Amino acid sequence: MSGTSGVDDAPAVEVVDLVKRYPKREDNAVDGLSFTVRPGEVFGLLGPNGAGKSTTVGILTTRLPATSGAARLSGIDLLRDPVSARARLAVVAQRPNLDRSLTPRQNLTFHAAYHGVGRADRNERAAALLEQFGLADQADAKVDWYSGGMAQRLMIARSLIHEPDVLFLDEPTTGLDPQARLFVWDRIGELRDRGVTILLTTHDMNEAADLCDRVGIVDHGKLLALDTPEALTRGIRAQAVLDLSVTPAAQEHLATLLSDLGAVEGVERVEQPAASPAAAGAQDQGPAAGDLPATVQIRLYLSADPALVLPAVVGLLSGRSAALTNVRIGTGSLEDVFIDLTGRGLR
Amino acid sequence: MRTVAARTAGTEPVRSVGDSARRAFLAILWRDLYVTGKEFWVLLVQVALTPLFMLFIFAKVLVEQGSVSAAYGHNLLLPGIIALSAFLTSLQSVAFPLVMEFGWTKEIEDRLLAPLPTDLVAVEKLLMATMRGLIAAMLMYPIGALVLGSAPWHPDRIPLLLLALLLGAWVGAGIGITIGTLVPPARISLMFGLILTPLMFTGATQYAWPLLDTMRWFQVVTAFNPLTYCAEAVRAAMVPTVPHIRPWISIVALVASAALFTATGVLSFRKRAQS
Repeated sequence: MSGTSGVDDAPAVEVVDLVKRYPKREDNAVDGLSFTVRPGEVFGLLGPNGAGKSTTVGILTTRLPATSGAARLSGIDLLRDPVSARARLAVVAQRPNLDRSLTPRQNLTFHAAYHGVGRADRNERAAALLEQFGLADQADAKVDWYSGGMAQRLMIARSLIHEPDVLFLDEPTTGLDPQARLFVWDRIGELRDRGVTILLTTHDMNEAADLCDRVGIVDHGKLLALDTPEALTRGIRAQAVLDLSVTPAAQEHLATLLSDLGAVEGVERVEQPAASPAAAGAQDQGPAAGDLPATVQIRLYLSADPALVLPAVVGLLSGRSAALTNVRIGTGSLEDVFIDLTGRGLR
Repeated sequence: MRTVAARTAGTEPVRSVGDSARRAFLAILWRDLYVTGKEFWVLLVQVALTPLFMLFIFAKVLVEQGSVSAAYGHNLLLPGIIALSAFLTSLQSVAFPLVMEFGWTKEIEDRLLAPLPTDLVAVEKLLMATMRGLIAAMLMYPIGALVLGSAPWHPDRIPLLLLALLLGAWVGAGIGITIGTLVPPARISLMFGLILTPLMFTGATQYAWPLLDTMRWFQVVTAFNPLTYCAEAVRAAMVPTVPHIRPWISIVALVASAALFTATGVLSFRKRAQS
């Protein structure tokens, strides 16, 4: 939590019963969304693809008209007075939308000029931002030559040059390599420390958990849950998990093993995480004769203290000559909350 | 290293919406002027080559071969080509980039999020395209004179000439914005073939409209093309002896077309910006 509320009680962003229905669609893309973002807060909208996150950002950044409801930014009615609101907000879009007719530096200075920043001021700010975002060396190159990560950094720099009250980041790290992602996360952390209010959308759990003061989980245009990442993960049903790496005996039937594990007292549910390499093949027939026994990943969702369940699990495995190669005791992650609320179906 | 500080309350003067919109309008206009200036020769190659080649073939090559009389180039084609340049340059120089900026590159988003009404972004595009069309036409006059060896010149009719070209470029800009915001990127080549080619050849640029009375149906068709009135007014200004639609009629038709296509352009721009 930012803990700074009370200094300024006016919310940075306030959304009340927001509805957006696109023409010729049966369902509302945004379906009665309400939330507030406090000044200085990093607020995350988390949801699967097509959940209505980008539409919400589109409305809050004055790009899309709302069907009904109200939205205010720093007290300004976004729907009635979009021009005043535009002076106070900035957006980093999901896809690069840099001005390719201009150099990177000019992308910053012209943007500042659109927002009425004077010449000397905008040149100085542009130089400082290019330095801060590690782009000073390529400031006068062609935008077309920029990599995805560089373009993303330039877009964030551009969004900051007119010193907005609220910064909207629409899936800021989608499609970036790990280095670029870490760089962007660090910059977001710095902005938070400087008190910039940020509303970001993401479907990356780690991003939401690490960056956000509060997270709203959205699906089908509705808010399903809203709290700090810690409180959200604390609230889910299965409180703890046991992640096991097991090498079953050669003649073992994996399905039987899994169902026996499920029968252990304190185990609520057994699952093979999607990442498990052996999961698909070994599910029904077990390892074929002659093959090296494969290690399988098994996750047990517990309803009791892991320390109490573990001995029984170890006993069961050793009784069946299965080698336990790794154990991790985990508490529920934001991903569990997310799947729990939005279901497992593909979008 | 200096980091840009977060907004410090009270240091920036509070601006009215009108003031911020005026500054933003001038800034996006300056951006387009800057970009156009930087790449003006590209624009000229894109739009001026077609009229130039038409002029060269029909008013020079065919005259040399004796297929066409020299008067055709001076009296009919050159004024028509100058009108066509104004119209086509403004149309293409806004339509093509708009299709790209809205469809693929999304470049326009930064300007749509500037603190000014969206309609003013469209007006800026219109203004800029009109200027480009006017400049192209004014360049085509001396170039045409060079190709033909001479060009008609009536100093007392220059105001009419400028007015006709200004209005022609404005109509072209309005049509350009309308097309550029209505056509999806995937359809761009098809739509340009379907729209541009008929516009170019039904606009009385290669023939005089009053002389079409032997082909009544075609005369009626061309009367619906605003380019016809631009070409006729330019002809009235440059070669008053050639039969032409009365200038006031042409000017009224151009003003009406400009108003119509400004409205359709701004409306479809607004719709496209909000989707």
